[in-house]
Amino acid sequence: MLDRLHRFLHRHPPAAPGIVLVLAVALFGVLAGNRFLQPFNLSLVLQQVTIIGFLAVAQTLIILTAGIDLSVGAIMVLSSVVMGRLAVDFGWSPGLALALGLAVGAGCGAANGVFVTRFRLPPFIVTLGTWNVFLALNLWYSRSQTIRSQDIESAAPLLQWAGTSIPVLGTRLTVGSLLMVVLFGAVWYALNWTAWGKHVYATGDDPRAARLAGVRTDRVLLSVYVVGGAICAVAGWALIGRIGSVSPQAGMTANLDSITAVVIGGTSLFGGRGSVVGTFLGALIVGVLRNGLALSGVDVLWQEFGVGLLIIVAVALDQWIRRV
Amino acid sequence: MSRGGHATRAPIVEGRGLVKRFGRVTALDGADFDLYPGEVLGVIGDNGAGKSTLIKALSGALAPDAGEIRFEGRPVLFKNPLEARAAGIETVYQDLAVAPSLDIVENLFLGRERRTPGILGTVFRRLDREGMQREASRRMSELGLLTVTDLSQAVETLSGGQRQGVAVARAAVFGSRVIIMDEPTAALGVSESARVLELIRTVRRRGTPIVLVSHNMPHVWEVADRIHVHRLGRRVAVIRPDTHSMTDGVAIMTGAVVAGGAE
Amino acid sequence: MRPRRPAFAALTALLLAASCGSSETVVGLITKSNTNPFFVKMREGAEATAAELGLDLRTFAGRYDGDNDTQIQAIENLVAAGATAILLAANDPQAIVPAVRRAREAGVLVIAIDTPLDPMDAADATFSTDNFATGELIGQWATATLGPRAAQARIAMLNLNPNAITVDVARDQGFLRGFGIDVRDPNVIGDEQDPRIVGHDVTQGAEEGGRRAMENLLQRDPTIDVVYTVNEPSAAGAYEALRAVGREDAVTIVSVDGGCAGVANVKDGVIGATAMQFPVLMAELGVRAAAEFARTGAIPEPTQGLAFYDTGVELITDRPVEGIPATSSDDGLRKCWG
Repeated sequence: MLDRLHRFLHRHPPAAPGIVLVLAVALFGVLAGNRFLQPFNLSLVLQQVTIIGFLAVAQTLIILTAGIDLSVGAIMVLSSVVMGRLAVDFGWSPGLALALGLAVGAGCGAANGVFVTRFRLPPFIVTLGTWNVFLALNLWYSRSQTIRSQDIESAAPLLQWAGTSIPVLGTRLTVGSLLMVVLFGAVWYALNWTAWGKHVYATGDDPRAARLAGVRTDRVLLSVYVVGGAICAVAGWALIGRIGSVSPQAGMTANLDSITAVVIGGTSLFGGRGSVVGTFLGALIVGVLRNGLALSGVDVLWQEFGVGLLIIVAVALDQWIRRV
Repeated sequence: MSRGGHATRAPIVEGRGLVKRFGRVTALDGADFDLYPGEVLGVIGDNGAGKSTLIKALSGALAPDAGEIRFEGRPVLFKNPLEARAAGIETVYQDLAVAPSLDIVENLFLGRERRTPGILGTVFRRLDREGMQREASRRMSELGLLTVTDLSQAVETLSGGQRQGVAVARAAVFGSRVIIMDEPTAALGVSESARVLELIRTVRRRGTPIVLVSHNMPHVWEVADRIHVHRLGRRVAVIRPDTHSMTDGVAIMTGAVVAGGAE
Repeated sequence: MRPRRPAFAALTALLLAASCGSSETVVGLITKSNTNPFFVKMREGAEATAAELGLDLRTFAGRYDGDNDTQIQAIENLVAAGATAILLAANDPQAIVPAVRRAREAGVLVIAIDTPLDPMDAADATFSTDNFATGELIGQWATATLGPRAAQARIAMLNLNPNAITVDVARDQGFLRGFGIDVRDPNVIGDEQDPRIVGHDVTQGAEEGGRRAMENLLQRDPTIDVVYTVNEPSAAGAYEALRAVGREDAVTIVSVDGGCAGVANVKDGVIGATAMQFPVLMAELGVRAAAEFARTGAIPEPTQGLAFYDTGVELITDRPVEGIPATSSDDGLRKCWG
């Protein structure tokens, strides 16, 4: 019986976080009652995991190549600050400011990629460094000032567009959340139905084998970091939609939160194995946990405890599943 | 296809006077090499004799300092293994170089994926999974490898011999002109080795010549048509398994006997 | 060894010269982090006053809110550099005490600014806002603004983080006392029994946390009409959450800080009232006290009747109530920091 479960999970790894998610929802349905299971609350959970969800997509791509990116949060905030300052303080057209913000994100990603591929530095070290660099740039460019929601609303409402809510099936979802789901879908397609996706997996799984088979691993790696950076910039845009303002202090723990979602979702930190579906479920699990515990009136300490426990269980489960 | 009489045939791959130095060590010291169409050429030599350097030069993994390599009569200089591959020389590496978490079909087509025709393929870059699956299935059964019934299982779940089969199938699928196999039976048990040797015969039957580098004398003697003996950076002899015994081969390899009957 | 001797001697002489070269008094400023504009302004104020008085000001900061280790190292470095005085905004008011004690034993004057140490007398002097009184101020304003509705108020408490540091606790408990709620143990957040309190959640003092905490508390009780927030960024986030469900006009938000963005939010009606602090004043007074200590060895005196020097707080609101002195948001914009 255990064996059958093992084989099933081995063939369909995202099923593991899927099962955990269902169990978590059921648990909090019991503990917190109707208020938790209300469609509105569930849509709230989706909104609450949206920003981390974006970052986790980027992180998944990078972790699949056996890398890691500690600068995702910093890229997100830097991009949002660029968008905000250009549109509000310098009066640029919102569309142009948005585009430049996205370009900055991609550029930051490219910087990471170049250090990893050209200079052959370990991704952990590179992104540890760039995290600090991007953070410093962020504080410098923003002068540590927040740009208020009201000011953005009058000067560049486009930047807050991701916060617009749309009625869906009796509840309301934000544009940002829908964008996140669409992005997950697009990346899922790219990873499973294009050659590039296969190359990403191969590069992370066995870079030498990939190279000998003709995969341009350096190009694949660079592309992954650039795409990751661009996605972080989109997260920055979604962030403005969610909090209304441009805040240079946002996203301080976002990098670790994104890694948490990826790990709970079953993607291996050693590269080559995992899926964005798992990451999506992982992000939801953390969101459900925090929301459910908060609704149940449990002390905030236990949220951190719970997340930590989840990570350990997720990794242990993943190791068990992988045993061939 | 014939085993003898190649005085009239031209070699498909020729190496003349190949030299390669690494610092003060001379790995290839004016080595020659000939591979004729349709044959299995065994390459034997002691450790440090320069066999692997020779093979790397032929497969494009390194460029010789001097000497010439000709492929189908034309001089070639491969700057990397991909150029050799493009010319049709495929190498099956000792550690196979397959990506463990990808499945058989994905590994077969890694780096050479096929896209669906039409818009789905060009704009959305959609992989033609069904087509690749069909092709993989066909090729694997041609090679007698369909003991692996489920092509969508990850390669890491396969046994050593089955993985070897995948690596060879990959080399064979792309219509390669020459297959170089580096120690294919080194990590395999008896029955799996037998299967690999049968695979080698099948590939030869289909017309692709094979360079078989191996330490395993019985295996070499079993399938090779000719045997290139490498020693101290040069080819010291080419012997035939029907005229020379394994002991003779070892003796020439180690220098106990100076080869006279080179072909 | 012989050829190396002259070089060695020269190097030593150079080092000695360098360390004795500075004849200015060294004063250290250690803030909580470089990201919070409150402390950025504090640093700027200190730098201006130090320049005016001719002091050598060395500034340090924790890498993030809560980073104690960096602050300990900064204290040690300053003592080694021969600092006369250290101004410290402690990330962990308890854990920093041993390092502070060692500095004082070395003869350095240590002034706690913004955040009192725990115990408060672990520092030579404290220049800070009376956070409890600050909370009381906005609590009193809130209950007065609600009028008769205050008896059925539904209150949401948005705090800083699970660590429950002195500032966080003092403002929270002060607000509740000001609102007229029995706080039971004033050193503990959340032990109150008053049914008007819907719940507590943490915000990390930022917009995202403010939004999420507000959303979750609203889920517990959609009829919340009063929100206490630990600072203005979290208030801004809470407002977005209220706006998303159309309750932004039905709910009164109070906050603390007095940053210019926060005061602008008062003007725009996002925040009902905020208690303005004076970080620049804290820094200025601290630097002047350090200069005085360097000159005369005098230790700064606390405010009459208190154990610390109260740098003051002002209520900024456009809806003043009887009996509580307030400043309008327009005036507040002239005094704000950031």
